[in-house]
Amino acid sequence: MQAFDEGKIFLDKISREIKIEPQDWMPEQYRKTLIRQMSQHAHSEIVGMLPEGNWITRAPSLKRKAILIAKVQDEAGHGLYLYSAAETLNITREEMIGQLHAGKAKYSSIFNYPTLTWADIGAIGWLVDGAAIMNQVPLCRCSYGPYARAMIRICKEESFHQRQGFDILFTLSNGTGAQKKMAQDAINRWWWPSIMMFGPNDDASPHTKQSMDWKIKRFTNDELRQKFIDVCAEQVKVLRLTLPDEKLKWNDERKHYDFGDIDWEEFRNVVNGNGPCNKERMDARIRAHKEGEWVREAAAAHAEKIKLRQQKAVA
Amino acid sequence: MTSPLINYTLHLADNALILGHRNSEWTGHGPVLEQDIAISNIALDLIGQARNFYQYAAQLINRSTNQPNTATEDTVAYLRDAHDFKNCLLVEQTNGDWAKTILKQFYFSAYQFYLFQRLRDSKDETLAAIAEKSLKEVTYHLRWSSEWAIRLGDGTEESHARMTNAVDDLWMFAGEMFVAADYEIACANKGEAVDVVLLKSDWLQKVKAIFNEATLPVPQHSWMQSGGKEGRHTEHLGYILAEMQFMQRAYPGSTW
Repeated sequence: MQAFDEGKIFLDKISREIKIEPQDWMPEQYRKTLIRQMSQHAHSEIVGMLPEGNWITRAPSLKRKAILIAKVQDEAGHGLYLYSAAETLNITREEMIGQLHAGKAKYSSIFNYPTLTWADIGAIGWLVDGAAIMNQVPLCRCSYGPYARAMIRICKEESFHQRQGFDILFTLSNGTGAQKKMAQDAINRWWWPSIMMFGPNDDASPHTKQSMDWKIKRFTNDELRQKFIDVCAEQVKVLRLTLPDEKLKWNDERKHYDFGDIDWEEFRNVVNGNGPCNKERMDARIRAHKEGEWVREAAAAHAEKIKLRQQKAVA
Repeated sequence: MTSPLINYTLHLADNALILGHRNSEWTGHGPVLEQDIAISNIALDLIGQARNFYQYAAQLINRSTNQPNTATEDTVAYLRDAHDFKNCLLVEQTNGDWAKTILKQFYFSAYQFYLFQRLRDSKDETLAAIAEKSLKEVTYHLRWSSEWAIRLGDGTEESHARMTNAVDDLWMFAGEMFVAADYEIACANKGEAVDVVLLKSDWLQKVKAIFNEATLPVPQHSWMQSGGKEGRHTEHLGYILAEMQFMQRAYPGSTW
């Protein structure tokens, strides 16, 4: 009887756009869905530091180096808020990291692609962060309060990241022949993986309907993907470069760009561990965690000593 | 195109850039998320300081050669060879484990802290202004690295052993900071630079105080490596520059 009432209150709040807060009753499946999504999001921020971090020590100017460090550091900050927001759902950061390292939790597959040239840093900012923003802006209105609030700040920083990515590509596209080639090559490699970031087509996306009913998600994968493609198809003209899709064409009837077939076979393979860098990324995370173990232990041991000394002093 | 003031400014810039670069190698690989952010932040501060000093050095170089806009912060950072770099040997040492990184930062931040306190009074207004601005950051770096030195020294048996190793590894590179190069003496005589000899006792006192809390021994041996300030480096700097300067060398004359 009580559960019924609680369920009703929950749905009533959802329908009236009142945020669900950590102390509120929520269906177990709602909690699980959020943990899955938020931890996956947090892990993506952290793993996402690696491909871009790969160019920090080789950034081509002091200004670019400083911007890139700040950007990658922002990603760490995003990971931190998201882990903290997810912790309100009764799971610890350690547990979530444990799930990542055990291969039980996923992160965005896009980070399993390599960053081969400096232009990749531009392409990641423009396309990968651009796709992430499309996905994330609606999350600022997500029904779960802590997630929605974390996303507001994250989105502000992400839009700055996207601009810096576009700015890198714009500079390259106005540069020497070698620089233009570098920029086009990066776009060619990052375009298709970026549009795969929106996830499978709606008819193949098992979680979408429930997540939309619960207002965790506001738009379907295909809606967001279309919106992203429409935006990029215009922006690429400013760069005087091209997107690697021969079928990309404005459809005046639909008022959208038509686009070519996505290679879902590649998507499934990368998700399932067969991308070019899956192993490297995970190894790097596990190594950092393992090599940091003695540091975390020492910090805890020292904090304990201080506490004991203070207790002694009081006694 | 070289004057004592240019060399001194480059020396200050190179110190900050090379340590900032080293710290940025940790970004994404730190022992815990909060500290990954902290060390990246210090990297950013140091690279920011380096940029201020390099921009000033470029101005001085352009003025001395009467060729405006020839030197920029990037040409001085990316197109000089190792023998023209004037950083102390300490900052180019490899990161090693977190203990070595922390100790390197602590030695350097303590040095920068006392240096910038005095450099604020430089007769050279630009150097004084950069020192004033940087001192706020350095005060935080010193606090952060002191706290970590204590935490690790007085943490577990393992962390204590690792700190002791780091102390042994890095001690011989500490002395160079307090032996003045010719350009430092020339600039100090004009009131533009700090006489680094004067910083040594403050620095040593700070190190002793923190080591005492960290239950770490202060090394007794006094043989010190030197040469970095005059462009004679350890083998490590060549690799840093090979990586750092790669783009500017491979694509000369491009805008980024």
